[in-house]
Amino acid sequence: MNSAPAVKTLVIDGTDVSATADQTILDAAREHDIAIPTLCHLDGLSEAGACRLCLVEVKGSARLQAACVTRVEEGMEVTTQSPRLEKYRRMILELLFAERNHVCSICVSNNMCGLQDLAKRLGVTQVRFPYRYPRLSVDTSQERFTMDHNRCILCTRCVRVCTEVEGAHTWDMLGRGVNSQLIIDLEQPWGTSNTCTSCGKCVQVCPTGALFEKSKVGMRVPKNPGFLSYLNEMREGQR
Amino acid sequence: MTIEELEQIASETRAKREAGTRELNVCMAAGCLALRSDALKGALDEEVKRSGTSCHVRGVGCMGLCSLGPLVADEPGGVLYRNVTAEHAAELVASPQSEATKKLLCSRDQAFFRRQTNVVLENSGKIDPEKIEEYIAADGYKALVHALGEKSPNEIVQEVSKSGLRGRGGAGYPTGLKWGTVAKSTGVTKYVICNADEGDPGAFMDRSVLESDPHRVLEGMIIAGFAVGASRGYIYVRAEYPLAVKRLGIAIREARKLGFLGSQICNTKFHFDVELRIGGGAFVCGEETALIASIEGRRGMPRPRPPYPAQSGLWDMPTLINNVESFACVPAILRRGGEWFAEIGTKKSKGTKVFALTGKVRNVGLIEVPMGMTLRQIIFEIGGGVPEGHRFKAVQTGGPSGGCIPEQFLDLPVDYESLKEVGSIMGSGGMIVMDDSACMVNVARYFMEFCMSESCGKCIPCRSGTAQMYDLLTRITEGSATPHDLEMLEELCDMVANASLCGLGQSAPNPVISTLRYFHEEYIEHIEQKLCRAGICECGPRLEVAV
Repeated sequence: MNSAPAVKTLVIDGTDVSATADQTILDAAREHDIAIPTLCHLDGLSEAGACRLCLVEVKGSARLQAACVTRVEEGMEVTTQSPRLEKYRRMILELLFAERNHVCSICVSNNMCGLQDLAKRLGVTQVRFPYRYPRLSVDTSQERFTMDHNRCILCTRCVRVCTEVEGAHTWDMLGRGVNSQLIIDLEQPWGTSNTCTSCGKCVQVCPTGALFEKSKVGMRVPKNPGFLSYLNEMREGQR
Repeated sequence: MTIEELEQIASETRAKREAGTRELNVCMAAGCLALRSDALKGALDEEVKRSGTSCHVRGVGCMGLCSLGPLVADEPGGVLYRNVTAEHAAELVASPQSEATKKLLCSRDQAFFRRQTNVVLENSGKIDPEKIEEYIAADGYKALVHALGEKSPNEIVQEVSKSGLRGRGGAGYPTGLKWGTVAKSTGVTKYVICNADEGDPGAFMDRSVLESDPHRVLEGMIIAGFAVGASRGYIYVRAEYPLAVKRLGIAIREARKLGFLGSQICNTKFHFDVELRIGGGAFVCGEETALIASIEGRRGMPRPRPPYPAQSGLWDMPTLINNVESFACVPAILRRGGEWFAEIGTKKSKGTKVFALTGKVRNVGLIEVPMGMTLRQIIFEIGGGVPEGHRFKAVQTGGPSGGCIPEQFLDLPVDYESLKEVGSIMGSGGMIVMDDSACMVNVARYFMEFCMSESCGKCIPCRSGTAQMYDLLTRITEGSATPHDLEMLEELCDMVANASLCGLGQSAPNPVISTLRYFHEEYIEHIEQKLCRAGICECGPRLEVAV
């Protein structure tokens, strides 16, 4: 029996590309150096399909498709850049900036922030929506790390890395809609958690300054989410 | 259970009822119960006992005309009494034709009843929902026994396809096609889920069906289980419907007792059981992937589709999800044939649809009409029109996912396509009539507030977009908005509709889009003249009154 997945050919932004049937549009595009913006996606984690930045147009489909969760199909014609897509992506970023308290100049992640990078890349020069400025807490109870809810964009990378890679499931979500918030265990201070292993994976995968190492305040040490692919590769190798 | 045994239960139950005793059937569904029909039933019981009259007081399901409740039907004869209270008990039991009771008469010969076609509601208000024998006496479980004995799963799917039934949850996906897909999907096990997480404001169709005729839904589910090869079913029902939960619980117990659930159903190899799952209290749990997550014990949040539940649903197994009303159509379709069902309705929308008619209309209640009936017939003939002194303005269908339809489309036939064309949707069947006392901007704001607080928070367009749209609408109703705000609102509507992850976000802008389309001038008046023609919004300059 042949277990290798079938190879499909498709067109992304006018370029012919090939991909295996188990790959997503995002995988195929990245292999061919076609950049699709993402925020909740991270190599090595399950897909949430939540940030909607990777939406692409697929010919013949009335709906926009999230590239991170849509599998390639034979003969697919994908457009990753169009005025409409760019407009939506900029609006999504604007909504994120307006949602909480993102003040880059005083942020630990200034100049090394996933949100800020995307905004620069996609040309978000202003936020047209009124800032909501909710009053959110900062949890400094953990020995090594800090959680600043004001800078959280609810991408749930921390939730996923904690559950899927560390196996601790310390992080989860509370509430809904615009009042959603990340919580530790059963909504308790981080320092009192007895599931947290203090591994720091959540901090490394956090795209913004919501999660950061205490000792690094003001020291501008970039995060390194790349460890994940390495870790997964090593684990694969051991099997 | 064989067909003969079933017939025997049916004829015994019928014989008992037809012995000639007078029956007073009291509605014991949500609407009348809220008006204390339980106290009324107690009083009637007592009065019968006290006077020694030969009369049987029964609790039955919804009779439809909720605004005139509590309703009591005097059988045989079918005389209907309205607005009955415990004080009327003595008169009602003593002499049905007295002067006092005449005042309570409610004609059955009025458009509200005459213009309806009852399929899903055929037993509502006629049987005691807590007694399985009464359902059997009304030809219940006949379709199941017959299907198990004489039909193949494939033939059942064919029959449902032939009926043209489309999903009654609102989206209108062909039910037969869905059943066929699940039947063809392979998995160690398969599941059938009944979506009873009815959450639209103003909608109470599923609630009423579950409270008035729960066995009908069970029978539909068991037939579906047999047709698609599933062995387990779940009914995901709102915790806010305690009576529906209770009656479903009784129905499941009684169905198990008679062998309609469990192993070797009707002496075949087929085994199927149903479990109740009580909703987590979130509107989004009515979205199928969120509902599945909730049953699995996770946070009720949608996930991207595909894969569709038909291929990979509950615990990654092929799963059939249908709405309460869809399942409730199935026994009738199998009993009377797919062709019979397909004869009702329009070319693309077959059968009947149950609507919860509410708002500024004379006859508030639950109705069932053939697809294709016009809005005018529903609102003005069945509903009796808008109460005196006011003018019809719009009708809202489809809840927070639907839109407001103005007067110019009153002659529109109600079917999936026509409603979509004018910017609304069929939805699950909520129909809210509005008169000139309604401010359409305020209506849009109300629905946006609903979507904002019910958004699960997973995807950014819905989470943050609905909050921004709500703020913009609030500013318009408060009179502090600028024309630029209206532009932003329109841009947001477009983005949220196209970029959101699930149906909740994708349809959240609909109430705004439809009111912008048909009542644009009201938005402009609020913004430019600080005027609310309905007088609801305080958008004008605040007058300082010197005391």
